[in-house]
Amino acid sequence: MNLDKVLFGFFVLLALTLNVGFAYGDIDVAEHHHVWELFAALVVSLIATVLKFGDRSHLGAVLLASSLVADLHLIAAAIVWGISSEVYQAGTDPSVVSTVVSLAVGALVANTASVILLVVETLTLRR
Amino acid sequence: MEKVIFLFMRRMRRPLILLICSYAIAIGGLVLIPGQDSDGNLWHYDFFHAFYFISFVGPTIGFGEIPYELLPAQRFWVVLSLYLTVVAWLYSIGKIFGLVQEQAFSRALEEARFIRGVRRLDEPFHIVCGYGETGSLIVEALSARGWRCVVLDHDPERLDDLELANLPLDIPRLCADASVTQTLIEAGLKLSNCQTVIAVTNDDQVNTKIAVTVKLLVPKLVVMCRADNRDAEENMSSFNTNYIVNPYEVFAEHLGLAIRKPYVNELHRWLGARAGRKLSEPLMPPQGHWIIGGYGRFGQACRRYLEASDLQVSVIERDASRFDDINCDSLLHRIVGSATDEEPLHAAQVETCNGIIAGTDSDTDNLSIVLTAIAINPDIYAVARQNKRAEGELFAAAKLPLVVEPSRIVAWRMLPLAINPLLSEFLALSRNQENEWAQRLMLRLRKAFHQRSPQILTISITGKMAQGLCVAISRRIVRLSDLRRNAQGEGMQIIGLMLKTHDENIVCPGSGQTLHHGDELLVAVSAGTAHRFEWLIQHSTHWASPKLAAAGGWQAEQPEEV
Repeated sequence: MNLDKVLFGFFVLLALTLNVGFAYGDIDVAEHHHVWELFAALVVSLIATVLKFGDRSHLGAVLLASSLVADLHLIAAAIVWGISSEVYQAGTDPSVVSTVVSLAVGALVANTASVILLVVETLTLRR
Repeated sequence: MEKVIFLFMRRMRRPLILLICSYAIAIGGLVLIPGQDSDGNLWHYDFFHAFYFISFVGPTIGFGEIPYELLPAQRFWVVLSLYLTVVAWLYSIGKIFGLVQEQAFSRALEEARFIRGVRRLDEPFHIVCGYGETGSLIVEALSARGWRCVVLDHDPERLDDLELANLPLDIPRLCADASVTQTLIEAGLKLSNCQTVIAVTNDDQVNTKIAVTVKLLVPKLVVMCRADNRDAEENMSSFNTNYIVNPYEVFAEHLGLAIRKPYVNELHRWLGARAGRKLSEPLMPPQGHWIIGGYGRFGQACRRYLEASDLQVSVIERDASRFDDINCDSLLHRIVGSATDEEPLHAAQVETCNGIIAGTDSDTDNLSIVLTAIAINPDIYAVARQNKRAEGELFAAAKLPLVVEPSRIVAWRMLPLAINPLLSEFLALSRNQENEWAQRLMLRLRKAFHQRSPQILTISITGKMAQGLCVAISRRIVRLSDLRRNAQGEGMQIIGLMLKTHDENIVCPGSGQTLHHGDELLVAVSAGTAHRFEWLIQHSTHWASPKLAAAGGWQAEQPEEV
């Protein structure tokens, strides 16, 4: 067992699960989406990205790319939510919430791709 | 460069994760802890304000307690976060500086810069391995003639010298072992515009390794090596190294040549000199009896060539064993002793002898030998070997007729090989010519170029290089005299040195020599007119002009006598 691999797999998977947790629910209902979950998803996603730094393999490069996509989506979601709630006092508007959640769903797809790649890599290793 | 980025990113993992975690903890805590607004109501930091607050706490900027005054519980947390984030920042910054200063990192950056520099060379270039005495001369001469080079040396101090040398062209350089294959590939070995690899390190082994690498990876590429030992020379020639230069052999060959055919030897110097220099007077070493002081590689080579020129040779050598294994019967005197002393010199009859060669590997001894000999016999022709380039001033002050610098000899022999192989072929052929032949050619050169050394060009009569000339050849017979007249019309003087046709080399072709498609012509032109001459050869309208043809006709003129 490689501790590095455990940490890596942990954070990649956690990024996905937190992301799912945030995006789960009706898309325009503010009560279904908690800000803490977005915060946690963003932090974990950033850590997962950093963990992928400096991998010279092709798969490593693709993992880094998908992780960066997820970061981008989550940061965009956080900024949209932050601005609409702080500047326009409209944080719970269905339109705002649905924008934030749809951005998070984009990140979800990227995170799913990451996990699939990780699984594929593990399988090829076993063979 | 790729490697550097990966290395950098990999090392940055830990500090970045530390930063992310410390910010997340600080922000999260601040959001959780309840506070009061100005009216005393319960108030929680939201994520935006928490991020804002921690962002200026982390780098210790500190705008105060914003937006409302903090409660003690919040202050506790802020104190903790402050130390946490500040330490994280300090750690990350320290790590970055450490990485940048690390030798491996700066080396990797340097290597990346070197590779980029080599890739960016869009002109033909030469790889010079070893920037010692020889390498520096070659690089200097190449860049003075407008050639690009790439330099490899394992000694950083020497590369500093290169940086200070103030050469007209930018030269990519790398501090690395040139015998490592990867280094050579990075230096552009496999690039199509790499012309030659010049191996002039001070180690025969390294030079051999370079030659092997080049011949295995890019067999077509020309590689030339310096070899100080005859063993290494044989080894290198066993795998088709294109040119091997042994400075001692080359010098001895030229000394023999200068004694037998001084003008042929001088012709080499004229054609090898940079264009526009004042033409020198020939060296005239005397015939008769010569003394060689020091019987190492240099002394032995000199003896072979001097004896081949039917001279009498005496040898003074400190180490008696050097006389053992070689056939020394033909020597006039064999004296064991130091040639720096008067006694052995007297024993070798220095009073009546004609020349002396000081050929030890110590510059001090060499100077001492020639000065002692001159003191005894002021008419003696003294030749001294100068090992270190830095001693040049001393040797110049001694005012000797001939100073031998092995490094200069190697550079001088390799230069035409690298930049004008046809000239090397011509020089090799000229060594078999008679003295009078060289004298006649030199007279013509002197007259045509007003006592200045000419520029030597190789003109390939093929479509690309000489479009105009080719068009002319396809329409009518073109002779060398036509070429010369055209050049004279533009105010240029040319002298054809050699014509290489598909089956022979014609040395000094006559004016009536016809030129054909596919020939290569070696010409001497006045210094500074090479570009104009090339333009003339290439410019089709000028050559194919019907007016010119009608006015004089290309064939109408009688060929001039040479």
